Amino acid sequence: MADDEQPAVTLDAFLAGQSNATSVRIEAGDDARLLLPHLDQLALIEVSFPTFRDGRGYSSARVLREGGYRGELRAAGDVLVDQVPLMRRCGFDSFAPEAEIDEATLAASLARYEQVYQPAADGRVPVWKLRHG
Amino acid sequence: MYKYDNYDQAIVDARVEEFRDQVKRRLAGQITEDQFKPLRLMNGLYLQLHAYMLRVAVPYGTLDGRQMRMLGHIARKYDRDYGHFTTRQNIQYNWIKLEDAPDILADLASVEMHAIQTSGNCIRNISSDQYAGAAADEIADPRPWAELLRQWSTFHPEFSYLPRKFKIAVIAADEDRAAMRLHDIGIQLVERDGKLGGKIFVGGGMGRTPMIAPEIKDFVGAEDLLSYVEACLRVYNRYGRRDNIYKARIKILVHQIGAADYARQVEEEFALVKQLGIDPPLAELERITAMFAPPAFDIAASDTVDRSDPDFAVWLDQNVKPHKQAGYAIVNISLKPVGGIPGDASADQIDLMADLGERYSFDELRVTHAQNIVLPHVRKADLYAIWQQLTEAGLAEANLDLISDIIACPGLDYCSLANARSIPVAQKIATRFASPERQRDLGELKLKISGCINACGHHHAGHIGILGVDKKGTENYQLLLGGSGAEDVSLGKITGPGFDEDGIVDAIERVTDKYLATREQGERFLDTYRRVGFEPFKEAIYG
Repeated sequence: MADDEQPAVTLDAFLAGQSNATSVRIEAGDDARLLLPHLDQLALIEVSFPTFRDGRGYSSARVLREGGYRGELRAAGDVLVDQVPLMRRCGFDSFAPEAEIDEATLAASLARYEQVYQPAADGRVPVWKLRHG
Repeated sequence: MYKYDNYDQAIVDARVEEFRDQVKRRLAGQITEDQFKPLRLMNGLYLQLHAYMLRVAVPYGTLDGRQMRMLGHIARKYDRDYGHFTTRQNIQYNWIKLEDAPDILADLASVEMHAIQTSGNCIRNISSDQYAGAAADEIADPRPWAELLRQWSTFHPEFSYLPRKFKIAVIAADEDRAAMRLHDIGIQLVERDGKLGGKIFVGGGMGRTPMIAPEIKDFVGAEDLLSYVEACLRVYNRYGRRDNIYKARIKILVHQIGAADYARQVEEEFALVKQLGIDPPLAELERITAMFAPPAFDIAASDTVDRSDPDFAVWLDQNVKPHKQAGYAIVNISLKPVGGIPGDASADQIDLMADLGERYSFDELRVTHAQNIVLPHVRKADLYAIWQQLTEAGLAEANLDLISDIIACPGLDYCSLANARSIPVAQKIATRFASPERQRDLGELKLKISGCINACGHHHAGHIGILGVDKKGTENYQLLLGGSGAEDVSLGKITGPGFDEDGIVDAIERVTDKYLATREQGERFLDTYRRVGFEPFKEAIYG
């Protein structure tokens, strides 16, 4: 976290009136769609992963990006190195993992797949588009 | 058949390297078993009672001779000379070493195969009708749609950590040979105004809370298919329960909010998702469909078969099914010899089936959800030669859909989840009913055995189902009647108190005796059961 960063408020607090906040943290069970009317004022949305098995945050990220959010989207919590490539595809661009991630492993992991089968939030061109132009 | 292009091959090759790296990190202690578990599971690697088990995907159950032979090679080189074909049209190996797994995946990749997403809480192998492309009653070959879904679901970034596993089946005939409505999503291709589309069923499944999937959409065209399915999954990922593994399947969600409300939410999501450009152009489906074009049938092939060998005639009547092309037939190879392990095949048997597929069936084979193998396109003139070779290999059991054609999970002999053994019970039942004449007299009777409540042996969908449970430390078997995984889908009902291993065999015999005494002309067991109801059978069982 950068020194000048505001602490993120909870989704409930944000919606209940602390709407001058520019950072918000959503929990795995929160409905990210509630933020869609407020995306313009947000600079950081932190999505919590309470355990690496809980995949709700992947959908939250896509919903936010598809809704037009362009600010920082951070995956926080139990984030494992092998999940980062999928998270990036869903629109996350920053990571606050509980346990340190090995940089070399991550770099190899991110470079591994040249092709993807489906479009997502990262703008990568799916295989079918390469096939058909 | 679908053939990989460079893109498909590159993705599968990258997966091999990724898993090699993950295994290396695990063996070096850089990741914990808990962290490694979801990674290995997404590559089909389970830790069972005695060893690792590797489950290899056979997409929609279709494979060619070269691929089948590779399955034999893996059995021989890395396992104990056999493999086990599963109810999801896959194959699994029970005695795998972790350090061998990357090499096995590399061998598989060399023949356009993989183990991607054959386990884990993600979208699993897409299953289909084993007679696809050969059955007279299909309106189209469902496999191109299944392949489209396979590619879309492979490493789907949003749906790799779902609440629970997710199974999709695609069929294209009214006769349901794939238990379509017992899947998380079942798709039946239908025609409307001259156009193909999918009728969508969501929320079926077996497990401890079996449910038949309700229809949630009557028609989704090819141009919308992936967006629609993506919307179905997104609603599930949002609301599916994560606090209780036993309530995490989509069937629970659909049941709790109701099919209508679920369908409404999917429509809402679909309206948004459809704007994202997820659906490939129809040219992609056409590209795939072209690879499933019918083989070059000999239109002059003879329609007559010499039935003079009586043993051959029995097999012909039981295991060979009509083909849409005159002069051809569909051959079912039973992996259910009396006293054998349902679904198991030795490396040599696998090789032989590969040879037969290459030589007699336009290089195509299928795996069925009933754990048998199909040669889909066989000239009738070749049937006798095939039967002779199968006989020699112990593969000519003439029992398709009869009481000894049992679906059984691996059970407590292998599986760490099981409460009871399935295999010995299957063997005892098959042995009790070993007489071919008796089996044929009983007619179509689908018997399915699961060694625990997870229902991998489809006991809910058996005309007769058996569920193994643990009763104060001893194996106990409950009996269910009246299930069906076919187009007349229904869930079996538990008859009452369970039995021990021998007692369950006796109980089944009381059920079949009651059926024989009660049936009317032309009735299958299931028909009689449905006509007279549960009580007469219960009385016959418990007296």
